[in-house]
Amino acid sequence: MPEPSLKPLRPDRFGFAEAQHLLQRAGFGGTPQQIQALAELGLDRAVEFIVDYQRIGREPVPADAFDRDIMRPADAEERTELRQARARGDEAVLEAFRMERQRRQQLDRQQFAALQRWWMKRIIETPAPLEEKMTLFWHGHFATAYRPIEDSYHLFMQNRLFREHAVGSFRSLVHGIIRDPAMLAYLNNNQNNRRRPNENLARELMELFTLGEGNVYTEQDIREAARALTGYTFDDDDFIFREGQHDSGEKTLFGRRGQWNGADLVELILSNAVVAEFICSKLYRYFVSDAAEGWSRDARSFVQRLAGRFRDAKFEIAPVLKAIFRSEHFYDGVNRAAQIKSPVQLAVQLVRQLHTPVRSLDTLVQACAMMGQDLFQPPSVKGWDGGRAWINTSTLFVRQNLAVYLLTGRRPGGTAWERDGAEFDAMPLLDPVLRGTAGSGTQDVCAYLLRTLLGRPPADPRLRQVEAFVDACGGRFDNQVLIGVLTLITALPEYQLC
Amino acid sequence: MHDTTGHADRQYSRRIFLQQGLTFFSLTATAPLFIDRTALAIAGPMSSLLSSRPGVPEDRVLVVVQLGGGNDGLNTVIPFGAPEYYRMRPGLAIPEPGRGGAGNAAALAIDQSRGLGLHPNMAPFKELMDDGVASIVQGVGYPNPNRSHFASMDIWHTADTSGRGVGWLGRYFDNCCAGAPDPDAAISIGRTAPLAMIGQTQQPVSFETAELFRWAGAELDPRLAGTYDGITRHEMPATGAAGAPDAIDPQLAFLTRTTLDAQISSDRIRAAVAKRPLAEWPRGALADQLRLVSAMIRDGLATRVYYVSLGGFDTHANQTGQHANLLGQLATSLRAFHRELRAQGNSGRVLTMVFSEFGRRVAQNASGGTDHGTAAPMYLVGDMVRPGLLGTHPSMSGLEQGDLVHTVDFRHVYASVLAHWMKADAAKVLGGRFEPAQILRA
Repeated sequence: MPEPSLKPLRPDRFGFAEAQHLLQRAGFGGTPQQIQALAELGLDRAVEFIVDYQRIGREPVPADAFDRDIMRPADAEERTELRQARARGDEAVLEAFRMERQRRQQLDRQQFAALQRWWMKRIIETPAPLEEKMTLFWHGHFATAYRPIEDSYHLFMQNRLFREHAVGSFRSLVHGIIRDPAMLAYLNNNQNNRRRPNENLARELMELFTLGEGNVYTEQDIREAARALTGYTFDDDDFIFREGQHDSGEKTLFGRRGQWNGADLVELILSNAVVAEFICSKLYRYFVSDAAEGWSRDARSFVQRLAGRFRDAKFEIAPVLKAIFRSEHFYDGVNRAAQIKSPVQLAVQLVRQLHTPVRSLDTLVQACAMMGQDLFQPPSVKGWDGGRAWINTSTLFVRQNLAVYLLTGRRPGGTAWERDGAEFDAMPLLDPVLRGTAGSGTQDVCAYLLRTLLGRPPADPRLRQVEAFVDACGGRFDNQVLIGVLTLITALPEYQLC
Repeated sequence: MHDTTGHADRQYSRRIFLQQGLTFFSLTATAPLFIDRTALAIAGPMSSLLSSRPGVPEDRVLVVVQLGGGNDGLNTVIPFGAPEYYRMRPGLAIPEPGRGGAGNAAALAIDQSRGLGLHPNMAPFKELMDDGVASIVQGVGYPNPNRSHFASMDIWHTADTSGRGVGWLGRYFDNCCAGAPDPDAAISIGRTAPLAMIGQTQQPVSFETAELFRWAGAELDPRLAGTYDGITRHEMPATGAAGAPDAIDPQLAFLTRTTLDAQISSDRIRAAVAKRPLAEWPRGALADQLRLVSAMIRDGLATRVYYVSLGGFDTHANQTGQHANLLGQLATSLRAFHRELRAQGNSGRVLTMVFSEFGRRVAQNASGGTDHGTAAPMYLVGDMVRPGLLGTHPSMSGLEQGDLVHTVDFRHVYASVLAHWMKADAAKVLGGRFEPAQILRA
């Protein structure tokens, strides 16, 4: 049978609700006007518009956007001075070096905070949301955290790597990641040399980045892979291959003997069919369904087909994403409004969908951290679990209160968060319904808001509650009442889904 | 993730163990025998039996107090018997007992023969020690100490000398309650959850004050508060994608349930906090946090681990007054917390553990302060602790690059907390075997 489960959606089925689903999953949602415009493109052109974003003029990310020298290593002169001070036990000089290092670390933390704000701003403002969404995907996949490496510029470089190959070649990405200073430091490959091999990168490269836990590889393969990666390290901001530290001896990987190096290792790993399934199942969880209740047979077969497409496309990502976004399965009722928004999704979607003021990027970054998604700071090399792991009683309040903050500028309790006092004019949200013919009574307006903001109708009693609030306010939608309604809608359990 | 350190550390702990002998570590992990006493102290023993989860000691609570910035251990536990102390800290040293002067109070002797005392503002803590419910674990650190706040804090939080991975308490929860993380099992008071509490599946609940653990929209308009209540307080049939009220949507059902839980927890916590405490409480950030924790313990929340913190210990300049104030806050808060728990009948089931990411350099600096150092004491409070001065004070003459050499690795203390108090598999949680330090009563 010819790929039944990758079957595309019938073009005439692609309407407002479908475009809304596409824009939420492949991006961070949008205003009703943006959704309508996407719907009018039709399925194929809409998908191309989203995936082939290189055609869209977007802000470049120049390598010098951040200072690369804050955490530079000591130069030859400084090293000599330090060595001599140690030899003669000169505490004053050693202390001065320590203080200088502390000063630089402090500066780097400031740059790190700026880096977090920069990415948040870009995600909010980009005309190419899929670029950010895929960059975030790779960040969670090749998870690297600031704290143990303490070099903000290296994380910025890594972000550029993810960005460069965001919808491009997975093969290039894997080759890039074993040469990426942030990753090399995070997984200790800078300490991996032929005399004392360090298996950390070798293990995660197979277990978390390409093959999946326990698939295909053995513990022996990991030891051999670690040998292949010896000498892969960095000097300041550049990858270097230290030949003297590299174990050039013969290794056996997946049963094949040779004098394998890191590049060979990547090719040998990618020759395993399971790589495509592993990556496609992660893409599926990210874009289609987090499979909270386990994998359905449909889902499994869909992933199988996707993996076939991925192999045929020689590990190019864009064809896989197009197959997903065109498929009938993607738009199936069970996959709509069924995914728990990540903290970044929630925060950015609030702004992009409602056009609230951004108020404070710092606050948005911090709110995401409070909700469990600290950018450039995943909890471990496994990245973020996502799905229901985002939700507990305290993160739920933060989620609701972040919406209150963006809508009103009020912080809960009025303590630590920034207040900018910017008024949010919500009325343009109602333009389509007030100008349209659908009626502008309380019920019509509430129904319209819920439909466009939730992508699904809420339980009836909840709808009645919202309507009753409007009636209690005199039944008229002015800006204040509308903002009140929006605080309620964004507090609904339904609003956590996309 | 652990291959960089495991081997060396194991060797290391073995060496320490041999040095310390049986005074501090024991070969057999003997369970403390105060369980009966604890059971009697619980107001409603049935409730804890009913909520019991296999492998989780429902009635035992751990409270972690983090002193951020690096508390100066040498000006907390004063080595007044060591001439080096007075030589290297001419402007900062606390006078030995009996030698104090106006505006320069002397140390409070706790071990005259070994020449050890406490900072005068630690008097309330000394009271607890005299009552047999508090202890000081001396010289706690780890090999190759890192003097970066960030890095060292992560090492303490992950219990891994590379500072990588998830938190040690998070791993405890991942191990003990795999698959079914309890939403209220871990509560941290603060803006974001500390790394220590974050596991691969465990996500702690965290909030700064009870007032912030609620929907902010309620403050905007009373009508909003009422509507919000109407929306969230009822568990209603989740609507499916088709809008049919009877269609079960598991994601929505989960969210609806958690929204309701959040409301209940919020009500409960705010009501608990509104109750008049049983003891006198001082003012201050730490006291406020511990009072909040005591209120939740009193209310019988199923929480196993609470986490609070006090910052400001990074005393690089003009340390004397600043540090004295912080220690006063720490000691009075801990005493109030213990008195409150005792009045509640809970002091036998709550172990409080205080740590900081590092101590400070032995020599004072040119600004009347101290720079980042290494080993420092930990402090424990609770009816179950082996009271007094535990372990060995680091040598004041055998410094390494001007810093103290630790006499016990903090993971031995964690191991004891995990194995003897939380009844967990410490080796599994810590990713290696560490002999539990003898910090609890046998």
